[in-house]
Amino acid sequence: MIELLEKTFQHNGLVLAFTLVGLVMWVAMQLSQRLTMGRVHGSAIAILIGLGLAYWGGLETGGTKGLADVKLFAGVGLMGGAMLRDFAIVATAFEVQVVEARKAGMVGVVALLLGTFLPFIVGACVAYAFGYRDAVSITTIGAGAVTYIVGPVTGAAIGASSDVMALSIAAGLIKAIVVMVGTPAAAGFLRLRTPRSAMVFGGLAGTVSGVSAGLAATDRKLVPYGALVATFHTGLGCLLGPSLLYFATRALVE
Amino acid sequence: MVIYGTALLALCHLLGIFLGDLLGTLLGARTNVGGVGIAMLLLIAARLWLHKRGWMPQPTEMGVAFWGAMYIPVVVAMAAQQNVVTALRGGPIALLAAVGSVFVCGCCIALINRGEKPATVPHHAATAV
Repeated sequence: MIELLEKTFQHNGLVLAFTLVGLVMWVAMQLSQRLTMGRVHGSAIAILIGLGLAYWGGLETGGTKGLADVKLFAGVGLMGGAMLRDFAIVATAFEVQVVEARKAGMVGVVALLLGTFLPFIVGACVAYAFGYRDAVSITTIGAGAVTYIVGPVTGAAIGASSDVMALSIAAGLIKAIVVMVGTPAAAGFLRLRTPRSAMVFGGLAGTVSGVSAGLAATDRKLVPYGALVATFHTGLGCLLGPSLLYFATRALVE
Repeated sequence: MVIYGTALLALCHLLGIFLGDLLGTLLGARTNVGGVGIAMLLLIAARLWLHKRGWMPQPTEMGVAFWGAMYIPVVVAMAAQQNVVTALRGGPIALLAAVGSVFVCGCCIALINRGEKPATVPHHAATAV
């Protein structure tokens, strides 16, 4: 009986994922209304539950893909994977007001550049403060503070050691999680309420996953504006990391 | 038909990712440069163009709108497959680098957004929220 049920679940992974996420959303909405009187957005709680499940999955399996590594919940990997995530993000562009987006074009570019340089400088300084003195390690850790994809791409390009790579991925992951969880709470301080402000946020906060989840938990209407800019963030970082940023770091420390 | 909308979305998605890869290769970035962003711009352009000609009936729009509405659940599924264990094991360097850069960027965002002309805020808010 149990075996049969397990077989049903494993053969219908994506459908099981829809059920599971639906359940998580429902629980999160109830918690949001009952415990916080709607002050903490249901989406934010759902994302937190998701991260908690990912932690549990990681501990349980020792894998790198959180809950998706648990055999029964492999469908979560498909549902939350890059393909469907990007598909859904593109779909949100349907709600973009062209006039608003165009108005913020220039400030979006400035935010993108700042969003690459500032985290890199902070990450590189932290690496230096903890005793790293070679340009390769400093650049890789700095790039990890940009996003968790820019870190390993840069590290691989300039030949960083695997523990430095792991560190840079960790920095990027923590950044994404902090942005996901912290954005709704900091939305007032960040003045996050107009399409333009969302585009500034998307450029500076970086990481598509962090920005898209953070905005989703703050105000669903702002998602496409932030995502539109943030999707260029990783590409720009991968472009500048192994080139300009590496050369600049090498010139400074060696 | 609903599938027309989903097919349009899929076409924009594929074309955008392809152009992003092409741009990345041309620039030597070894990765996709703004593929999703390009796809979004394509979809916006396609919507405007089709609307003008009246080729965008309600069911077609629903084929896109459904996926836009599925966005938050997909993000929850995405959160559930992050490598949280590794992130937490990264220790103080990773934590400091991450929190430090988020803090610096947050202050920068707050600064830039406070520079937005206050007169336009109520108008924006009215149309956006």
